[in-house]
Amino acid sequence: MGDLLTTLGSGLPLVGAEVTFWWVMGRIGLVLLLVHVLLIVGALMVWAERRVSAWMQDRLGPNRVGPEGLLQPLADLGKFMFKEDVVPKHTSKWMYMLAPAISLVPAMVTFAVIPFTGSYEPIYGADGQPTGEYITQSWQIADLNIGVLYILAIASLGVYGVTLGGWASNSKYSLLGGVRASAQMISYELSLGLAVVPVVLMVSSLRLGDIIAYQADTVWLLFTQPVAFFIFLVASYAETNRLPFDMPESETELVAGYHTEYSSMKFALFFLAEYTHMIVGAALVVTLFCGGWTFFGLEQLGWIMGVLIFAAKTTFFLFAFIWVRWTLPRFRYDQLMALGWAWFLPIALLNIVLTGGALAFDQDWVLYILPVALIAAAVIAAWFKYRRDLDNDVPKLERAPQLVGVAGSGGEER
Amino acid sequence: MAANVKPVRREAQTFKERLFLPAIIKGLGITFRRIFKKKVTMQFPEERWEVRDEYRGAPVLVKDDENRPKCVACSLCEYVCPPKAIYIVPDEIEDPEHAHVERGPAVFNINMLRCIFCGLCEEACPEEAIFMSKEYALWGATRAELIHDKETLYELGGIRPDPIKKWSNK
Repeated sequence: MGDLLTTLGSGLPLVGAEVTFWWVMGRIGLVLLLVHVLLIVGALMVWAERRVSAWMQDRLGPNRVGPEGLLQPLADLGKFMFKEDVVPKHTSKWMYMLAPAISLVPAMVTFAVIPFTGSYEPIYGADGQPTGEYITQSWQIADLNIGVLYILAIASLGVYGVTLGGWASNSKYSLLGGVRASAQMISYELSLGLAVVPVVLMVSSLRLGDIIAYQADTVWLLFTQPVAFFIFLVASYAETNRLPFDMPESETELVAGYHTEYSSMKFALFFLAEYTHMIVGAALVVTLFCGGWTFFGLEQLGWIMGVLIFAAKTTFFLFAFIWVRWTLPRFRYDQLMALGWAWFLPIALLNIVLTGGALAFDQDWVLYILPVALIAAAVIAAWFKYRRDLDNDVPKLERAPQLVGVAGSGGEER
Repeated sequence: MAANVKPVRREAQTFKERLFLPAIIKGLGITFRRIFKKKVTMQFPEERWEVRDEYRGAPVLVKDDENRPKCVACSLCEYVCPPKAIYIVPDEIEDPEHAHVERGPAVFNINMLRCIFCGLCEEACPEEAIFMSKEYALWGATRAELIHDKETLYELGGIRPDPIKKWSNK
C-alpha cells in the first residue's frame, strides 16, 4: 500500500517534469478529479449548511436520506432535475442561459492554482550528497508564477454571471440584485486585493507554492499579518455573496435577488457556484494565511497527510462561513459600502505602506508591532468618528421613532 | 396622526456598541454553543406525541372481550353526525345462533375527509361501540382510502372489555 501511494505520488505531475503524453494525460486526469472533488464538496456543503444551521437553532436538519442525511444532496439533485425549467418569455434568452455557467466556471477554474498538497525535495550539494536541507514543493494543477494575480483576476469574473443573470432576467428584483452584486464586488475586490499585497511583499513572490514554503519555514502569515487576514476573510465573505453581505440575494427585500427568475438546474448552478466560491475562498485563506497543506512538520509523513491537512483547514473555514451566516444579520447597503470604503480600504493601504516600509528599510521591529498599531489606529479612528457623531447628534445613532400606541387601535394613548 | 404617535427616544449607542466586533464575537459564541445543546426536534414516525385520554382522534368501532362487535346499528351516530360523515346499513347479524339478540351493521363507513372529530358519535352511542381513538396521523394516497369501512374501523378500534354480559343472558 505504501509503495502504491508513493508511486501514485511521484506520478503526479510536478513542476519541471518533462512534457510527455503521459504528463498531459496525468494533468487532465487531475483536473477531472479535482472538478469532481469540488462538485462533491459543494454538494456536501449544502448538506452541511442545512445540518449546522439546524443545530444552531436546536433542530436536527435533514437526516433521513442516507446515513445522517448525507445523501440529501442527491435527493435535492433529483428534485432539481425533474423540476420544470422555466424560461420566462420576457428574458434575454442567450444571456439568461449563459449566466449560471459564467458564475460557476470562474469559481472552479480558480482552484487550478491552489496547492492541495506537496512534498519535500532534498537539496543536493555539489558533491552529489544531500545537504540535509529540503525544498518545500507544492503540488497543484498549474504552478503559475503569478498565482495570486491569476486568482484575483479570475475570481472577480464570477460577478459577471450574477450581474448578467440579474440583467437578463428582465425583472426588477433580479436587476437590483445584479447591480448590488457588481457594486459590492467593486468595493470589496479592492480591499481583498490590497489585503494580499502585504503577504506578497513579505514572501516576495506571487507563486502560491512559495507563499506556503515561506510560511512553513517561518510562521503562518495569520500571526504576522492578522489585520490583512481579517480584511481578506471579511472581503472573501463579500466576494462569495454570503451573509452578512448577501445583498445580491437578500431574500427579505428582493425575493431571491439575481436568481429570482431561475428554476430547476439553472438555479442549482447558481447555488453550486456560491458554494464553489466558498470552497475556493476558504482554500485561498488557508493557502495565503494559514500555511496551506503544511502543519508544523506533520505534512512530512507523506503527500496524503498534506491533502488531509489541507482538507481539515479548509473545512474549518467552510464551517466558519456557515457559522457566520447563521449568526449575523445582513448589513444595510450603506453600511456595507461604508465598511468597505471607509474602513477596510484605508486600513489595508496603511498596512501596505507600513509593511513595505519596514521591509524596504529592514526595520523588523515594525512588523512585530504592526498588528497592534493597525488595530489601535482603527479603534482611535472609530473613537473620533464616534465623538464627532455624538457632537453632531447624528440621527443615525438613534433608532427610528416607534409607534407605541394609536388611539382606537386598542392601545391607550400614553 | 401626530397626537397619537409618541416617538421613543432611545439611548445613543455606546462606543463599545459602535465597534460591533465584541457583539459579533459574543454572537458567534452563542451560536457555537447551541450546536451541542439538546435538540427539540421530534423524529415523527418513530417518536410520537403522548396524547391525553380525552384526546379526540379518529372515531373507531370496538369489540367486546368475547370478540363480538358491539355496534347494534341503531344509526344514532349517523343521525347526530354534524357533517354527515357516517353511513350505516343495518342488517341481521351473521351469527344465526344469536340473531335474536341484536342486529348489526352490514355497512359502516366513516368518511374521514368529512369527519370533524367533534366526538358527538361517541356521546350518542347507547352501546359504547364507537370511540374517539388517539390516532391522529391519518393519511391516504386516494380519497377512497380515507373512507374507513367496517373492517378498518374494527381493526383500528380493537377490543374494549365490557362489564355487561348481555349476550350470555339472552
